[in-house]
Amino acid sequence: MMKLSRYVLYDILRSKIIIAYTLFLFIVSVSMFQMEEENSKAMLSLMNIILIVLPLVSLVFTTIHYYNSYEFIELMLSQPLSRKRILLSEYAGISLSLLSSFLIGVGIPVVLYAATETGMAIIFTGSALTMVFTSIAFLASVSARDKAKGIGFALLLWFYFALIYDGLVLLILFTFSDYPLEKLTLVLSALNPIDLGRIFIMLKMDVSALMGYTGALYKDFFGSSSGLLFTIGIMTVWALLPLWVALRKFKKKDL
Amino acid sequence: MIRIEHINKRFKKLKALNDISVSFEKGQVISLIGPNGSGKTTLIKSILGMAKPDSGKIYFNNECINGGFNYRNEIGYMPQIGRYPDNMKIGQLFSMLKNIRNTMEENIDNELIREFDLCPMFEKPMRTLSGGTRQKVSAAIAFLFNPPVLILDEPTAGLDPLSSEILKEKIIKEKQKGKLILITSHILSDLDELTTHVMYLQDGKMQFFKNIETLREDTGEIKLGKAIARIMKGEDPTGNFISEVLNKKI
Repeated sequence: MMKLSRYVLYDILRSKIIIAYTLFLFIVSVSMFQMEEENSKAMLSLMNIILIVLPLVSLVFTTIHYYNSYEFIELMLSQPLSRKRILLSEYAGISLSLLSSFLIGVGIPVVLYAATETGMAIIFTGSALTMVFTSIAFLASVSARDKAKGIGFALLLWFYFALIYDGLVLLILFTFSDYPLEKLTLVLSALNPIDLGRIFIMLKMDVSALMGYTGALYKDFFGSSSGLLFTIGIMTVWALLPLWVALRKFKKKDL
Repeated sequence: MIRIEHINKRFKKLKALNDISVSFEKGQVISLIGPNGSGKTTLIKSILGMAKPDSGKIYFNNECINGGFNYRNEIGYMPQIGRYPDNMKIGQLFSMLKNIRNTMEENIDNELIREFDLCPMFEKPMRTLSGGTRQKVSAAIAFLFNPPVLILDEPTAGLDPLSSEILKEKIIKEKQKGKLILITSHILSDLDELTTHVMYLQDGKMQFFKNIETLREDTGEIKLGKAIARIMKGEDPTGNFISEVLNKKI
């Protein structure tokens, strides 16, 4: 498996986009910590950037890379390699390079400036989101044969998870505000990895005190070790499920 | 060696393969002939597992290939249009394939790389290559691992006469080693000296699969091109490709 991933990684490093991405993350993180007096404020701004930028870059980069390496995949298919191995090597190559960009670009500054529990939560959430959205991007690109369609689909998914979903949740909460919704909001947050990540990080910060009763409930749940396990579990499902569906589709596909 | 049983493949409305059953044995050189879009490449891709037939089975050495991949160790494939990673250099491409296949250096057949004089171009990225050079690279890859089965999709298209001759020589050499070789081509004169069997496809249907000797006897023609033309005329008075296409248009 690593043999193939090595060629994927090599190809990605050649394109230099990943290096630019690492630099961008690094500069943003360092300047956040430099500008803000308090590290916790810097962390809050950093979190907002990560929750928007990371999924977007993971989706777009993965989709474009998949379509660009179509020839490579085709060539590998005429070799004695299973389709599973080919797709998983692609996934490993892309997610590892995006993950190392994140760990260098954000992980190092966070560890240097604020190696607190919140910092660790940011690093964990960022890593998880990278894996999740790479996986979702694979599903989008395996499903659509056409490059434009695939990228469009990926962008639509990003809009959904980053913007539309929150609107829908608010709508539900306002409509049913007469009912106790604490449990429901907990379930709803699990259906969107970005939301889950946001809650997970926020509850490590002091601002959670401002969130009232729901915040208290969240703090109770996510603060415990079962909450941590819950987050890890849901993130893992989000990373594995789309990839598994993509793999099934890829196995049946004509290339 | 390769046995195909009742395979069907449909692309939306188009029936690309229609109930094809055939069996290829060692030592045969099979010419796969038919008009454009008759299903030749789809048949080849099905054998390679790149296209998945809707129904039917394909056996390689008596084992059903159904999703397997190890059998591809024994196949060298030259695609019709060789598409390769743009950034990769020719040399890297060869070393990567060797690395993936894990073949001993003594089993590697570098003859075509030498004959086509590809070594001086090892540092060139694939995207800068001309169509003909790409075709040479594809051919060199197909023969590289000395496989017992060779599948060549339009091998001489786009090659200059000299290289085309080198490739034909190489195919004859491999034929003498008793390999199974499957060739599609529209240049029937190229196939004349190579082929032992002819398989004719039309609209996804196999019209016939014949030994070349029988074909020659049946038609009384020595040249393959003329023999095929005669057969087609016998079955259908307007039986050559061009008039058929024209008739459909009208």
